[in-house]
Amino acid sequence: MTLTTHSKMARPVSRRAVLGGAAAAAAVGTLNAPFVLAQPARLKIGLMLPYSGTFAALGNNITDAMLLAINEKGGKLGGREVQWVRLDDESEPSKAAQNANKLIVGEKVDILVGTVHSGVAAAMVQVAREENATLIIPNAGVGAATGALCAPNIFRTSFSNWQPAYAMGKVAGERKHQNVVTITWKYAAGEESVQGFKDGLAAGGGKVSKEIWIPFPNDEFQAHLTEIASLRPDAVYTFYAGGGAVKFVKDWEAAGLKGRVPLYGPGFLTDGVLRAQGAAAEGLETTLHYVEDLPNPVNQRFKADFKKTTNRDVDVYAVQGYDTGQLLVQGLEAVKGNAGAKREFYAAMKAAKIDSPRGPWTLSKSQNPVQDFYLRKVVSGENKFQSVAVKGLEDPSTGCRMA
Amino acid sequence: MDWLFFLIQVLNGVQYGLLLFLIASGLTLVFGILQVINLAHGSFYMVGAYLAFWLVSQTGNFAIAVVAGVPLAVLLGFLIERLMIRFLYERDHLTQVLLTYGLILIFNEAQRLLFGSDVHGVPTPALFTASIPLTDNLQYPVYRIVVSVICLVLVAIMALVIQKTRLGMYIRAGSTNREMVQLLGVDMSRLSTFVFAAGAGLAALAGIISAPLSSIYPGIGENILIVCFVIVVIGGIGSIKGAFIAALLVGLADTFGKVLVPEFASVAVYAVMAVILLWRPQGLFGRA
Repeated sequence: MTLTTHSKMARPVSRRAVLGGAAAAAAVGTLNAPFVLAQPARLKIGLMLPYSGTFAALGNNITDAMLLAINEKGGKLGGREVQWVRLDDESEPSKAAQNANKLIVGEKVDILVGTVHSGVAAAMVQVAREENATLIIPNAGVGAATGALCAPNIFRTSFSNWQPAYAMGKVAGERKHQNVVTITWKYAAGEESVQGFKDGLAAGGGKVSKEIWIPFPNDEFQAHLTEIASLRPDAVYTFYAGGGAVKFVKDWEAAGLKGRVPLYGPGFLTDGVLRAQGAAAEGLETTLHYVEDLPNPVNQRFKADFKKTTNRDVDVYAVQGYDTGQLLVQGLEAVKGNAGAKREFYAAMKAAKIDSPRGPWTLSKSQNPVQDFYLRKVVSGENKFQSVAVKGLEDPSTGCRMA
Repeated sequence: MDWLFFLIQVLNGVQYGLLLFLIASGLTLVFGILQVINLAHGSFYMVGAYLAFWLVSQTGNFAIAVVAGVPLAVLLGFLIERLMIRFLYERDHLTQVLLTYGLILIFNEAQRLLFGSDVHGVPTPALFTASIPLTDNLQYPVYRIVVSVICLVLVAIMALVIQKTRLGMYIRAGSTNREMVQLLGVDMSRLSTFVFAAGAGLAALAGIISAPLSSIYPGIGENILIVCFVIVVIGGIGSIKGAFIAALLVGLADTFGKVLVPEFASVAVYAVMAVILLWRPQGLFGRA
């Protein structure tokens, strides 16, 4: 397996090398043609992920864990060597379509893997649909990818924004909260998340009384926290990640709401930002499809192996990368590495049973994971497993014709 | 919303406005006296925030961050004025915008090299971690009050310096007619350096003291810069008094916009600006 690590774009094999190889092959061919078996060309897989900027750490964890899964199976996919073409998507939606085209049309990759940012992923989905290219999404939770824009050639190994939110809503509903306030930025991911929470809450028997929407990416929350206090809710649901999550959780504590009103959110509220949040995050309950201390043996082994190969700790993004690798292994095994046999290749991936560090999961009809969601709680600065919030949760995939 | 929560929202708006004033005051002075559009002003805010993060994580003492951070920022402002800005006083605004935009890129890249893309936080100074209960379920963080008091003290000092001292007289005169002041024998070169460095120091101070209130992340300076330009325009270019009133207006408009018209919260501030500019195109205290 070769891995090209140019920051922007892998250099194509030089023309001279190709010519030389062709000449040599021709020479051999004329000598003893009947005895030479054609060496199958390498499988070409494009990795369109963030390798710079805010999400660089996520892109690297996804990549390294995916390679780990494939190397565990001998480093080949369906018996074929793999050529990886890395491209830094810079989490920049305006360049996304062009970048995806560069890999699919320009590099002619057999399979495209990416990405983290939902806006970039949405553009990749469009290009993959136009070019009928195989796309595997290892993170972005944008609902449409396995909803209105679902397609037989588009797979996701992570989650949809609706899923962890639904799980949190279910837990809140079972606690009979009748007066719940939601607060998040007004953007697509926030809207999908709040919808999921409301669905879950209703299923559990609770009700949202007010939705607070903040223009993205405004993070002066003081006025809204005052408003929340005046509304006297039973609980508050929020969807923030990264910088917004740090700020919101700290302001929540400083406003004296912590300990008085339960604060719920999907796992992104605490993942990767716990240290910056400090004591303010202590006791926060969130839901996600992974938590580092899951006791299953696959998780234990994965944590140790990932640490050994990368010297970094695992997170949910690494798990999603690992499962992307596993899905590729199973799908390509079934077609002996012939990614062009799409019908069989897709059928094999769709039928795959992934034995993941997050617990076993399968793909739904819309090709999004059907998986368990866990209730987690921050204890001594770490997310700790509490219980299974929802078993085998499937995204409703609204608007998907395959579902 | 009952009257108690209304008053708390007023408090929120005023507190936010005071912090904005600290940053905008430097911007308006540089704009008014040096006639330089300094897009990199937000970068000084960012420098302050990251200095606070770095110094607090090294020393564990927030006071050191303030005492050491502000002079460092002033020094940075001094160097930038002496080595770069100074050569652009006679040039048009486009050249200045190009240079200061370039500075933004350099500062952001330096920030990424030094601190990475992670989000950081600074703990609230131990002395001020308490909160004052306002209602049975809402507290006001003492540190926010401390920040407001610091801002008010600085407002008072600035007002004193500008109204009562010789230096202030030069500054006022310089913002009216730079050439005339120069002809009267005032060393405008030194005055410019002073104003620019002081502006950098004020922005950095705002970055430092607001660090415990917010998260520190790449691009933090640009977000604040836009609001500050709105304040400078509303208040009238070069007017400290205008910037003060405008900052409070923007703080209150932002706060009540969020609560009363959440659908239009992001335009509330700009609506205020538009109305004021229709009424007084030169800004509240600007000279036509």
